[in-house]
Amino acid sequence: MVFPDKATADGLIEAAALSEAKGRSLWSDAVGRFRQNKAAVFALYVLIAITLFAFLGQFLAAYSNEEIDWSRLGNIAQTGAPSFSNGHYFGLDDLGRDLYARTVQGTRISILVGLVGSLIAVVVGTLYGAIAGYAGHRTDNVMMRIVDILMSIPFMFVLILLLVMFGRSIGMLFVGIGLISWLDMARIARGQTLTIKNKEFVEAAVATGVRPFTIILRHIVPNLLGIVVVYATLLIPGLIITESFISFLGLGVQEPSTSLGALISKGASQMQYGVIWQLLFPLFFFLATLFAFFFVGDGLRDALDPKDR
Amino acid sequence: MFSYIVRRIAVAIPTLLILVVISFILMFAAPGGPFTSERPLPPDLLANINAKYGLDKPYWYQIIHYIWNVVAHFDFGASFKYKDQTVADIIKQGFPVTLTYGFWSFVVAVLVGVSLGVVAAIRQNTWLDYLAVGISVGAQALPNFVLAPMLVLVFTLWLGWLPGGGWNGGQWPYLIMPVIALSTSYMASIARITRSSMLEVLNAGFIRTAKAKGLPMRRIIWRHAMKPTMLPVLSYLGPAFVGMITGSVVVDVYFSTGGIGLFFVNSAFNRDYSTMMGITILVGALTILFSLVVDVLYAWIDPKIRY
Repeated sequence: MVFPDKATADGLIEAAALSEAKGRSLWSDAVGRFRQNKAAVFALYVLIAITLFAFLGQFLAAYSNEEIDWSRLGNIAQTGAPSFSNGHYFGLDDLGRDLYARTVQGTRISILVGLVGSLIAVVVGTLYGAIAGYAGHRTDNVMMRIVDILMSIPFMFVLILLLVMFGRSIGMLFVGIGLISWLDMARIARGQTLTIKNKEFVEAAVATGVRPFTIILRHIVPNLLGIVVVYATLLIPGLIITESFISFLGLGVQEPSTSLGALISKGASQMQYGVIWQLLFPLFFFLATLFAFFFVGDGLRDALDPKDR
Repeated sequence: MFSYIVRRIAVAIPTLLILVVISFILMFAAPGGPFTSERPLPPDLLANINAKYGLDKPYWYQIIHYIWNVVAHFDFGASFKYKDQTVADIIKQGFPVTLTYGFWSFVVAVLVGVSLGVVAAIRQNTWLDYLAVGISVGAQALPNFVLAPMLVLVFTLWLGWLPGGGWNGGQWPYLIMPVIALSTSYMASIARITRSSMLEVLNAGFIRTAKAKGLPMRRIIWRHAMKPTMLPVLSYLGPAFVGMITGSVVVDVYFSTGGIGLFFVNSAFNRDYSTMMGITILVGALTILFSLVVDVLYAWIDPKIRY
């Protein structure tokens, strides 16, 4: 940016410094509010623990997730129960594989699906919504009608259609989840952009001749971040449920890889044979992850979303 | 009002067309056709089969032909896998089942959810409120595919009260667990929405006026607070409906109720494209119809809405 003279430049730099100081205090305010929410802080610790478990847990495993323990196969109900002495901390699954290693790997897939999906939502949805909101008029109308139309498509069915026609793979699952996860985010970002674009600093940017796209990236998107972070966090459990749902039906991740949904499905189908641990361990990690994300998201919303204050 | 409905329908139709076109594009773009198998068929045989199902025609012709058949004759084409069944037959067989337990789930979710929410709001910050909020937070994070096995574990395996699956013409013992599994998480969301909405309404000026006039609380709640409270609930019913249709897949698979979801999953495993597409499009049409009804109801209840 070229400033007309030094005084204006100094003034602008000062103003920028001021707004930066204010911006920082806004975030530190938010951190303070988040810290006061005990449930959210606890959930955050749980989340960190689960993430560590998912990404480092395999180093503690005595077996890999596809090794079959032939000595116990065929008699899993009696000999496959969880035990520390034989290294199967969570017991064995129905094919004699170590459930601990499989739970670690399943949790990892579930968390990855949630993170990647919401990352796509953040990038695509925020940009799409910000552009639509900033452009306004007919562009906005057309862009948001497209979102409306995509939203009324029964996406779970289309996702399964997609997985069946193009082969089941984790990559396809990411693509399918990415295709829809950004829709809500686009709506939220657009709504927020509509209020931001009438603020003075945007007017100032327009007056100094900043190009529209730069305004969106430099002036609007940073101001959307609070609400975007909140909804991205709240989106993650939804995406984890989606992936687990697909895997529960047997249409998601393929063997020998697994995910929490697939493990729950297996455990549920085996539970009448006295191997209840096959259901309980994956279920515990699934629910703990979901609850943790819900509570952290709720805490973030209370801390960051000005609407609910 | 009338022009609003017309305009909403005018948006709904292209949405459905887009859904049809997307499904077809997926099918055309998919590697391998529906009749590709591990032992490849002789080319002339394959050409014959493709001709029988109309797959040799140009893409645009297939799409228009399909839409015309659906609209004019409710004909979704023949199943690619079950030679003696059309997709419409499959839908006619499975749909009444889905509709039965879907209807009851919807009723349970709305009735229980709304009452729970209202009670929690009226008795705010008492143990009743905390209990209701606790239940709804817990139930919301319990997806139906987790709840279903847990229900079977408790009520079938441990207590032995209810059959673990089957349909049997929809007798109520067979209906209970599917309905609970399907409705619980939506019941929880509805309770949460009702509670916060009711709290907001109870703090509004017109309720204070009603109290000042000395109206009994019961009458205030029913006559004055209920209608504005229901508005956010109403707008949630659209997503809830979609979720229940999707959840019916789990219910059908887990409880073997024989609804439309079972056929959908089976056709997914068999690469039976025509059945999958038929069900997807039917579900899409229902979804769009339902959100249309909800929007119109909303515009009718809320005088502030501009249409």
